Amino acid sequence: MLSDFYMQLLNDYQQDFPLTPRPYLAIAESLGVSEDDVLLAMQELTDQTLINRIGTIIKPNKMGKSMLVAMAVPEAQLQRVAGIVSSFSEVNHNYERENRFNLWFVLMSSTGELLQDTLDEIEQQCGYSTMRLPLVADYFINLGFELDLERDQELDREPDNGCDRLSTN
Amino acid sequence: MIVDEVDKQIILATQAGLPLVAQPYQAIAAQLDLTAEEVMQRMRIMQENGIIRRVGAVPNHYKLGYRYNGMTVWDVVDEQIDYLGQLIGQLDFVSHCYHRPRHLPEWPYNLFAMVHSKTKTGVTEKVNIISQELGEFNRQQEVLYSTRILKKTGLRIGR
Repeated sequence: MLSDFYMQLLNDYQQDFPLTPRPYLAIAESLGVSEDDVLLAMQELTDQTLINRIGTIIKPNKMGKSMLVAMAVPEAQLQRVAGIVSSFSEVNHNYERENRFNLWFVLMSSTGELLQDTLDEIEQQCGYSTMRLPLVADYFINLGFELDLERDQELDREPDNGCDRLSTN
Repeated sequence: MIVDEVDKQIILATQAGLPLVAQPYQAIAAQLDLTAEEVMQRMRIMQENGIIRRVGAVPNHYKLGYRYNGMTVWDVVDEQIDYLGQLIGQLDFVSHCYHRPRHLPEWPYNLFAMVHSKTKTGVTEKVNIISQELGEFNRQQEVLYSTRILKKTGLRIGR
């Protein structure tokens, strides 16, 4: 069960987590609870993987270059090709999607040149060409993604069934 | 703004998650041989300059019930794309909205928007909302549902 307190923590601190020496104390004071209450609740939310982390979100392409890439792979070859793509440490997301372009991945490297070299290597090993979709513009609006949480929502512990998660960059 | 080596170390140390302790910036500072005040000050400056977009809890949307997502792709008029991107980017169910190059003839789409919902019909309803917003500037669209996650790791920097 998600209490009002937990829902506030989930909804109100996706941004503007306090940049003060004791941020959990600052949160506690604004919610009228103790610092320990906040720390314990955040630990619980983390343990239950309802939050992935409390951390910084960085603007794309500031700490290296990343790119979205798609491939159109015959069904019979998909498993093999996906395995090759995933084996590259530069690849951090790799999804199968329902489309003629059925393999979608994101890779990241320290420079654009290394990124292109890695893609050339992936093409060579897979035997299929890649469709490279770099960012032209990012329409980032600084609003949190409002969670429509039900107060009595049962926490679910089933493993993921294949729907991808929100990526967080 | 130029991000220096110390800034980079702070980013690397904080994007994987702040330690869940009463004084997390102090803990990061100790790792990097800095003071907590310096860590916070640099983070503030990076935030003001848009290098750090936000500091906060990153919810696991899937676990919170948002089980369906569709990557929606749109073929919109080039001259209007920045206006349209900002319009779609501020819809509350769109988490990411990007302009990417077309690859003609096989890929005519230039606007990407990730849509999230608790149900599959919810995704369809949201696609219809985007379609109405784009109106006559949209020529065609597709929604790509994911069928399998083949790899997902946290952000990291290769080589």
